[in-house]
Amino acid sequence: MAKTYDAGVKEYRSTYWEPDYTLKDSDILAVFKVIPQPGVSREEAAAAVAAESSTGTWTTVWTDLLTDLDYYKGRAYAIEDVPGSDDAFYAFIAYPMDLFEEGSVVNVFTSIVGNVFGFKAVRSLRLEDVRFPLWFVATCFGPPHGIQVERDKMDKYGRPLLGCTIKPKLGLSAKNYGRAVYECLRGGLDFTKDDENVNSQPFMRWRDRFLFCQEAIDKAEAETGERKGHYMNVTAPTMEEVYKRAEFAKELKTPIIMSDYLTLGWAAHNSLSKWCRDNGLLLHVHRAMHAVLDRNPNHGINFRVLAKLLRLLGGDHLHSGTVVGKLEGDREATLGWIDLLRDRHIKEDRSRGIFFDQDWGAMPGVFPVASGGIHVWHMPALVSIFGNDSVLQFGGGTLGHPWGNAAGAAANRVALEACVQARNEGRELEKEGKEILQNAAKHSPELKVAMETWKEIKFEFDTVDKLDTQHR
Amino acid sequence: MSKVQDYTSRLSDPASRRMGTFSYLPEMDDAQIRKQVEWIVKHGWNPAIEHTEPQFAKSNYWYMWKLPMFGETDVDAILAELKACHDANPDNHVRLIGYNNYTQSQGANMVVYRGTPV
Repeated sequence: MAKTYDAGVKEYRSTYWEPDYTLKDSDILAVFKVIPQPGVSREEAAAAVAAESSTGTWTTVWTDLLTDLDYYKGRAYAIEDVPGSDDAFYAFIAYPMDLFEEGSVVNVFTSIVGNVFGFKAVRSLRLEDVRFPLWFVATCFGPPHGIQVERDKMDKYGRPLLGCTIKPKLGLSAKNYGRAVYECLRGGLDFTKDDENVNSQPFMRWRDRFLFCQEAIDKAEAETGERKGHYMNVTAPTMEEVYKRAEFAKELKTPIIMSDYLTLGWAAHNSLSKWCRDNGLLLHVHRAMHAVLDRNPNHGINFRVLAKLLRLLGGDHLHSGTVVGKLEGDREATLGWIDLLRDRHIKEDRSRGIFFDQDWGAMPGVFPVASGGIHVWHMPALVSIFGNDSVLQFGGGTLGHPWGNAAGAAANRVALEACVQARNEGRELEKEGKEILQNAAKHSPELKVAMETWKEIKFEFDTVDKLDTQHR
Repeated sequence: MSKVQDYTSRLSDPASRRMGTFSYLPEMDDAQIRKQVEWIVKHGWNPAIEHTEPQFAKSNYWYMWKLPMFGETDVDAILAELKACHDANPDNHVRLIGYNNYTQSQGANMVVYRGTPV
């Protein structure tokens, strides 16, 4: 029976709230944390979010009747309390596959975190998790190489990889910067890194930096007999410029380049990731700007969603937080998204903030990068938390060594290997860490001095973005 | 500055070359090596032994010592093969690999006998 056209404003819940809906494997599922405006019911607010992030508009229009709107609409199918909050609730929304362009992360997010975030009926809104169905995963590009291929290319097995971000991040000349790179790599690190905002400033143009850093890599490789890399940041104002820098990096036969995926833009990053697979360069990904989106516990996008979408867009490394260093990061939540970056199938686990099962099919995994304010004393905890498939990325924890970068790097490497050896022997790193490091320092004056330098440093500020629990 | 210690790695000194995981630690004793072999067996990885002349260590492909020991869980048998490889090639690096056939990667890879630097 055909419907008749009935102009005017209807309650969203009459169309977009469907608690009896049976989920399809092909649906994209999303969970939002919603705080509605006073006087708006939970069902109405959830339905409004479903409507405004899919087919709905504020009033009925006659062209609604030219299509099967019941098929195309997103619908709110469940509501749950948020532990520890009287105002907020979780709204679960299912979107049919037809609403999205295949392989387009851009399109999915333009829909589900589009206009709805400015919508008046909700006071605040946060996208907590998204379930990407296998059909969508399989149409996305994914990491250019993935964890296993990177291990083979770099010849690093059985341990986390080690990196260091060169500081001061701005102001060094290219030649002095290359010196800092060389010292770190000859001391035993696998990688050094451009910082996120190192692009092509007047004091150090990109081409000079690439050339001096490549000389540093080549000499450190010859000296240590190990493979080395420097994340050459190709982030630039235009795609023409990005490709120009990437092509030059390839000419130098450097193993890895780098992008800031949020400020570069998702489409641009996706293109660069494809270029990396075509040209055999690894891609390190920095998340500058993420805290603008993910830090407020009531509004924005949770980092686990930003991590999942980066795996879809493509990247071989992604900064994930350290749990133990100077930057924000709740331990259980971080464990959740590092699993989402690396594993093939991740089960729903509310204790880690994971709301949906996620199947990545055959898509390769991404190395999580623990970066920010870490030093040798953190090593036992880092190895225990992150396991082998991770990059432990130092900065001051290498460069601030009293004897310089090479000694700092050697201290990092000795501490890492001592922890890996002890873990393999069945020892508990987080309990016996001090003893393990002290024992290793007997054979490494560099580690001994590092431990004396940083012993007292602790980072004990409370995390702002915690998992939702009763004890908040 | 007088307290600052020089970092003595040299391009001209073959002893400065490293050999991957655990090469920044002192050589392991027999008991320590045994524990690392147990770690490989515990994970169900397939042990494999490779060796090379130290000057060619940068190659991906070292010489295989026989074939990977698929399904071998006897730690003593693995240690005996390592020793047999070392006895036959005393100047070479000898490494032990734990092949993880599910990830198509190497769960472990360590030089157990360090060769003579050239």
